[in-house]
Amino acid sequence: MSANQPAPSNTSAAGGEAVAALATATAGAPQPPAAVRKRTSRGKLTARRFARNKLALVGLGILALLFLAAYVGPSFTKYDYKFHDYMAFNAPPGGDHWWGTNQGGQDLFALTMRGLQKSLVIGLLVGGISTLVAGFVGAFAGYYGRWVDKGLTWFVDLLLVLPSFLIIAVLSPIFRNASWLIFVVLLAAFSWMITARVVRSMTLTLKDREFVKAAKYMGVPGPVIIFRHILPNMASLLIIDTVIQVGAAVIGESGLSFFGFGVQAPDVSLGTIIADNTTNAPTFQWLFYFPATCLVLIGVAVAFIGDGLRDAFDPNSSGAKSKGRRRKALAERNEAHRKATVAGGSRDVLGTS
Amino acid sequence: MTGAAVPSQPADSTPRSKEGLRPVTDTRLDKSQPVLEVTDLEVSFPSEAGEVRAVRGVSYAVRPGEVLGIVGESGSGKSVSSMAVLGLLPDSAEVSGSVKLAGRELLGLSDNELSKIRGKDIGMVFQDPLSALTPVYSVGAQIVEALQIHQEMTKEQARTRAIELLDVVGIPDPRRRVDNFPHEFSGGMRQRAMIAMAIANDPKVIIADEPTTALDVTIQAQVLEVLKKAQDVTGAAIVMITHDLGVIAGFADRVQVMYAGKPVESGSVDEVYYHPRMPYTIGLLGSIPRLDNTERRALTPIEGTPPSMVELPKGCPFAARCPIAIDRCREVEPVLSVKEGNTHPTACHRSHELAGALDPATIYPVPEIPAAVELTSVPREQREKVLELDNLTKHFPLTQGAVIKRKVGVVKAVDGITLDIREGETLGLVGESGCGKTTTLLEILDLPSGQAGTVTVFGKDVRGLGRADRKALRRDMQIVFQDPMAALDARMPIGDILAEPLKTHNWDKDRIAARVPELLEMVGLNPDHADRYPQEFSGGQRQRISIARALALEPKLVILDEPVSALDVSIQAGVLNLLDELKVKLGLSYLFVAHDLSVVRHIADRIAVMYLGRIVELGDSASIFDAPSHPYTQALLSAVPLPDPRRERERTRILLTGDLPSPANVPSGCRFRNRCPKFLTLSEGEQQRCHDEDPANSRLAADHVAACHFATALEVI
Ligand SMILES: Nc1ncnc2c1ncn2[C@@H]1O[C@H](COP(=O)(O)OP(=O)(O)OP(=O)(O)O)[C@@H](O)[C@H]1O
Ligand code: SF4
Ligand code: SF4
Ligand SMILES: [Mg+2]
Repeated sequence: MSANQPAPSNTSAAGGEAVAALATATAGAPQPPAAVRKRTSRGKLTARRFARNKLALVGLGILALLFLAAYVGPSFTKYDYKFHDYMAFNAPPGGDHWWGTNQGGQDLFALTMRGLQKSLVIGLLVGGISTLVAGFVGAFAGYYGRWVDKGLTWFVDLLLVLPSFLIIAVLSPIFRNASWLIFVVLLAAFSWMITARVVRSMTLTLKDREFVKAAKYMGVPGPVIIFRHILPNMASLLIIDTVIQVGAAVIGESGLSFFGFGVQAPDVSLGTIIADNTTNAPTFQWLFYFPATCLVLIGVAVAFIGDGLRDAFDPNSSGAKSKGRRRKALAERNEAHRKATVAGGSRDVLGTS
Repeated sequence: MTGAAVPSQPADSTPRSKEGLRPVTDTRLDKSQPVLEVTDLEVSFPSEAGEVRAVRGVSYAVRPGEVLGIVGESGSGKSVSSMAVLGLLPDSAEVSGSVKLAGRELLGLSDNELSKIRGKDIGMVFQDPLSALTPVYSVGAQIVEALQIHQEMTKEQARTRAIELLDVVGIPDPRRRVDNFPHEFSGGMRQRAMIAMAIANDPKVIIADEPTTALDVTIQAQVLEVLKKAQDVTGAAIVMITHDLGVIAGFADRVQVMYAGKPVESGSVDEVYYHPRMPYTIGLLGSIPRLDNTERRALTPIEGTPPSMVELPKGCPFAARCPIAIDRCREVEPVLSVKEGNTHPTACHRSHELAGALDPATIYPVPEIPAAVELTSVPREQREKVLELDNLTKHFPLTQGAVIKRKVGVVKAVDGITLDIREGETLGLVGESGCGKTTTLLEILDLPSGQAGTVTVFGKDVRGLGRADRKALRRDMQIVFQDPMAALDARMPIGDILAEPLKTHNWDKDRIAARVPELLEMVGLNPDHADRYPQEFSGGQRQRISIARALALEPKLVILDEPVSALDVSIQAGVLNLLDELKVKLGLSYLFVAHDLSVVRHIADRIAVMYLGRIVELGDSASIFDAPSHPYTQALLSAVPLPDPRRERERTRILLTGDLPSPANVPSGCRFRNRCPKFLTLSEGEQQRCHDEDPANSRLAADHVAACHFATALEVI
């Protein structure tokens, strides 16, 4: 009985068992007939909650501005990112070169915008794809178990053991002339496995939860259960993972570029711009600040959106704080019990801490 | 009960003596002086929403040897008030008032000083012994520690005494068991170990917070017996906190009913149980299903939920739920005092009327439950079978070894179950935890090919079913789980939750849109709340949502796994009434699993008693409750406390020894023989028979069978 304490007072008040009271409260107001009344579905409610989150909207705004700048920005400056201005090496920001130039006289604004295009797309695609694959593989392995699980886990472990960097290096020449989108696929293909393992183990616990069993006994097919119940219940994990993967892809890409794979000169990404300019950055600081700011903005925007999505998916999130509080209170209480039972507070004799 | 027929068994067969235990020092306390005196205790916690006033003025006094019961619903402040007495609240709590132990003020003492009192003068027993026992030390070491902190003792002396204490609380073979770790003890044994620790230093007061809530009735009876014994040995006063009115009736001398952080009625158990003078108490007593109640009547639920402790409305905190509230109730909060015409204190403006003009029995409107007309008029044999189990078996292999798994045994979770459910009837499946109830349900619901035996649903053997037939079966057979929170996806609005079964079975959009509000209305919820999430509802409401979901497809059979055990009594009544009503309205059949026999008596037409994977007794409700014939059923029924102090005092319990054996190790012959009280009274030849021969069902009446060689009816309630 005490296992099921009514929700924290504020929500239970909102829920208010008082059926009678509710009936009288609603009786007064004119109401459309029950059958016609439209019920709001989960998707709409989630979108509504997302829209209510200011920070998430700010994140969405930043992201939109970044895209706009990356694709429309270059048409406003007269310099192409490939053009070397021999009249201005390492020029400070100002004049024609809004953000200055680098050692080779390339316009930093044009360069950064071009880099931003690549980094944005690579980051978002890799983050999205790898999380999707991870969720899909992990959930199916965990939910179906048996040979599905054995096969998929074996595959995941194999990929984990393979030196991904090496494989990309080996494959890179083959794809040298192919679209850089292949590179996205490769990057994504080697970054989902750990998450998949986490998803799998979470699925194993979720699978035994009663609401999943209830759906199963209702006759809901397995794949539907996975997409309707299992994955939404680990939405926060998946979203945080996407945010991290986006960041990792943007940085990781520059690492690969450094070794000559991925985005290659004369094309640039934010990562390569920063990497190329590291030696000059202490003296010509704009070389670092502008591209780095763009990088940080991507990170911030994605994090804000991620946070908003997480809250939107979790109907409890506004009470998240008080939930933590309750857990703490419970922990304190258990500790108190322990303290009390043996002997007022001298637990240290046994060294529980 | 006919006490003479059943000699009460000791909690444990090992003889034990009080030798070695210090004699009760009667002189240390004046019997007539209260040993613990709490006055105007108030506790509040800061919270985001505002100040939580968890306890708002509690006063009581207990004398040596006396048992005070404190009852109330979840969140009424029972636990917080006892934690305040012990000084165990977090620092953020604000405590005021006075707590005197044998005349010494405890409030305001430092933690250091208090720790000298806790575990010595005040012993404690909590609901969850696992949280109070440290898992990494043996039970003995923890008792030894408790002894050595408060008493000058050598290690050997303390150990000897620890063994004595374990013996007192009925742990079999204490000399060996003393070195066991808590996880090696069963729930009941852990609770006994806690009691041993609580009485280790001869406390003056024992505070027990829901000491038996997590236990089975048979184990509860044992533990209560041990607690009584512990009190005899130490002469301590006991403060017993529980939500179970039955436990208090038999165990306590006085009782205090709490509501919204305040006592609202207090007095001797007889006064409070037979002459309640406060609507909340009256409601509580009317809302519990009773084992000794033969006539089937609707329970009287108390509508609504307890108020939030953050912003209590002014006036009587019960006013929103009280059927006889008057204007004055919403203005002035009543104080706890003896009202005119009453013999014991109540906090209600109308107590004096309840003693005279107003009949307490009629203040709550009794809900109408439509009588089942058509179906019950058809004799059982002519009704269609909706579910039939024939020798259903589920064995799990018991394996050892991490890499290469060797089969070392078989867990016989379900070991040959035969029963049937006919149209429009409710079968109650009862038994101790671990006896295989849930496995049975899952076997039915999984529609497996089965190891042995058959499952026949609506006349179809599930073994030969194709995909489409299976899906159709899933439509006609639905389940309601125990914990309504766990059974509803917290991330879906309840409208989507209710639409899920409909979508799955290909209803079109418009029909779903029409059906969802209809379902909500059917279970007494507001259809406008379809886009709220489960968390926004109270426990009782969530269970209603679960029920609505189960009924969405208009099934014929609903399987209910402990549907009310997670709910407070006053809420439970409403859900039980709803189930009753829907059954009659929709012509449903229920398979109702529960451990609470009173609930089962209220709702079931037929009862199946399960023990260690087998049905040991099966029959119509009247036969099982009035003439239980299997010794296990008799023990089970006699262990259930009645909310009736006089009858409780007269009853003799049939106490079972020990715990349920492991299903991996089922005794030969009769599986109940090592705990069977009847076995001990048999002659040697008869015992041999129990030992060798697995008893088959013997038919005692048209619809009553028991699996015992010597089944004889006995009245135990
Ligand atoms: N540490 C704490 N901080 C804030 N509020 C608390 C704390 N402990 C308890 N409460 C609140 O105090 C009120 C009373 O709680 P308490 O645990 O005494 O109830 P109870 O009657 O024992 O219920 P149950 O039957 O569930 O054990 C509840 O509203 C609870 O949420
Ligand atoms: S004081 Fe009024 S509202 Fe409170 S219990 Fe008594 S009659 Fe009901
Ligand atoms: S068969 Fe024997 S041991 Fe089993 S229940 Fe009957 S009397 Fe007891
Ligand atoms: Mg409690």
